[in-house]
Amino acid sequence: MNILVMLIPISVGLGALGLVAFYWSLTHNQYDDLEGDAHRILSDKYDKSPDGDDS
Amino acid sequence: MSDETASIAVCPACVAFPDDKAKSLGVRRSDELRRIELSLPTIHCAACITGVETALNRLPEVHGARVNLTRKRVTMTVEDIPGIEEHMIGLLTNWGYPARELDSAVLEKENHDKIGRDLLARLAVAGFAAMNVMLLSVSVWSGAEAATRDMMHWVSAFIALPTVAFAGVPFFKNAWSALRVGRLNMDVPISLALVLACGVSLSETMEGGDHAYFDAALSLTFFLLIGRYLDYRTRAVARSAATELAALEVVKTERILPDGSRETVPMDALREGDLVAVPVGGRVPVDGVVVEGQSELDPSMLTGETMPEAVAPGEKAVAGMLNLTGPLVVRAEGLGDETLLAQITRLVEAAETSKNKYTSLAEEAANIYAPLVHLLAAGAFLFWGFYSGDWRLAVNIAAAVLIITCPCALGLAVPAVLTAASGRMFRSGVLLKEGVALERLADVDTVVFDKTGTLTTGTPHLVNGGDVSPDMLSVAAALATGSSHPLSKALRDYAAEQGIAPAGVTDITEEPGMGSRGMLDGQEVRLGRALWCGADAGDVGSTATWLRIGEGEPVVFLFEDTLRPEARDTVADLKKLGLAVELLSGDSEAPVRAMAETLEIENWRAGATPAEKVAHLQELAEAGHKVLMVGDGLNDAAALASAHVSMSPASAVDASRVSADLILVGNDLSEVANSVELARKAKKRIVENFTISAVYNLISIPIALMGYATPLLAALAMSTSSITVSLNAMRLGRKT
Repeated sequence: MNILVMLIPISVGLGALGLVAFYWSLTHNQYDDLEGDAHRILSDKYDKSPDGDDS
Repeated sequence: MSDETASIAVCPACVAFPDDKAKSLGVRRSDELRRIELSLPTIHCAACITGVETALNRLPEVHGARVNLTRKRVTMTVEDIPGIEEHMIGLLTNWGYPARELDSAVLEKENHDKIGRDLLARLAVAGFAAMNVMLLSVSVWSGAEAATRDMMHWVSAFIALPTVAFAGVPFFKNAWSALRVGRLNMDVPISLALVLACGVSLSETMEGGDHAYFDAALSLTFFLLIGRYLDYRTRAVARSAATELAALEVVKTERILPDGSRETVPMDALREGDLVAVPVGGRVPVDGVVVEGQSELDPSMLTGETMPEAVAPGEKAVAGMLNLTGPLVVRAEGLGDETLLAQITRLVEAAETSKNKYTSLAEEAANIYAPLVHLLAAGAFLFWGFYSGDWRLAVNIAAAVLIITCPCALGLAVPAVLTAASGRMFRSGVLLKEGVALERLADVDTVVFDKTGTLTTGTPHLVNGGDVSPDMLSVAAALATGSSHPLSKALRDYAAEQGIAPAGVTDITEEPGMGSRGMLDGQEVRLGRALWCGADAGDVGSTATWLRIGEGEPVVFLFEDTLRPEARDTVADLKKLGLAVELLSGDSEAPVRAMAETLEIENWRAGATPAEKVAHLQELAEAGHKVLMVGDGLNDAAALASAHVSMSPASAVDASRVSADLILVGNDLSEVANSVELARKAKKRIVENFTISAVYNLISIPIALMGYATPLLAALAMSTSSITVSLNAMRLGRKT
């Protein structure tokens, strides 16, 4: 049962990592133009950020 | 396969994108930066995006451009140079992407989607926590004991408590605002269940007890937040589409300064006594007196009448009328309360306040549900407390009752259906402004149509072409060439349809407010108003224009408003759905009667003023009818607001679009019948969903009351009921 002491924090930590990643994507306008992103992947132009200011 | 590659790679318009035509505005530069947004309705593929962005970014005045394909817009950071918007619109239109300016002040509000992101973040946290705690709980349900079980409970508590405190905020806030004014809403039992579940579970954990409801509290939060988010998204999508429509109408007018120069100013900058230029094809921006020019004004948006009014200097022009033939200069008068627009606004306001407040199905359900659940929980608490003397058990059972009866399914029942229904409507070109309108649409038993612009397209067509000799038609078509008057266009279209080539008329000049004249075989030919062509205007019964060759007898051309091709089927479909159809128009009797006969509408009324329209709708409402009003003009705005539910085509005036509950974005009238049908189905689904959740509660409440409820049972009841309800709602989204 001692293994639980490691496994539980690891699993919760991995979940939290996913949560942080989602939060990052949410606050960095990653969901503003889902349709456009689907098309942009076909273009050769490197697309740095969806904010549009540093392209 | 081949189809797919085709749609991606071959897009002729985009392949032909002119690479190096981007020209700088060149003259002035500015250090001030500004964000502008332009609507690009035709943008559609990867090549469009890259093309537009690359070309725009090459301009020195542009410091960054980004296309949003979902919204079909481009956002630019540009140097603050006067006229930069117009320049950009010109460039984009040249490249084959007709652009339109969006009013940045209106858009500003929707851009910062704070509430949506906030809800989504809470939803994500709740989902993450619910999954983890559920996993921990599984080990407890499958038999973890003593120290292991306590540890699982403690870990769950550490995840659950902060999560509920964070993710539950929307419910706590709503519950508090309802309680403060002494009322109950759905969020009161939710908040109580959350707090009680967490409190009881925490104390059980401390005491080393069997049952902890952390997983139930979290999945409750999670499911309910999904409902909240769906609800929010439906409204946000509708609102953003509505603002888009409003923002497209950037109302600017041209003011003439005392020194004769002209400047473009926003509408509300106009003052009494200002001189305003009204170009041909433009709308009169203010009530006023014509100072210069002669023209005809089309009042159809205002009154429903299709007969243009001739105006000359000294005569009145009313705001909202369309200028047809000659440029006019109007002196603004009475911008305040006495304008027709202000009167209609007052009527709209009056109609809105007198409208009965509609209780939505969700509110009705909450009104029954909230007190019932509280009574049950309190009853269980008191009964078990006195019966067993064990107050800890009593609290446990009361908490179990609250959690098991959790309005999960109720919280999802309405938003899930509305999301599915409004999504489907949106795809077929109907914009639902608020969810409740869908329920109201389902109750409708009478449909009242406006005529001009609603059942008709608002563009005239020639009706007596067969009575006129082809020679005459060819002369008329020749004179009509080059004129932007709608009647000229109708003549040209008719001639082209019949294969009649325009005659060789020379020296064509347009006489503002009168018509066109030219020379044919040494004779003067005139096409235009009756008196000018030497004809007796008399009573021709509809819109007309005359042609006179030399000193010959004038020939009359009669026009009628074009019926929308789908109008007849729509009326038939509505009747098939068991609805009574009426026609209520501000136009004169003859055309309204003709229209009613063509469409087989028995009940019709002509010459109705805006106030009479409202009165008629109120009469119908008093007789117990639930009326759907479909209209587009300024004269319909008040009627739209006073009807049970209302619809308006996207081509309608702003005031009508604001009053209407649904907007036909696709301008397709046949969606009226489809929407009513869909609304009825949606309402049925909502009722079904309520029944489903009631059945779940009927089964689980007795178990909880008897004290047999376990966290496992709560988890099962909650998940199955929520999933059944969502699945039932999703059936609506399918095209069947």
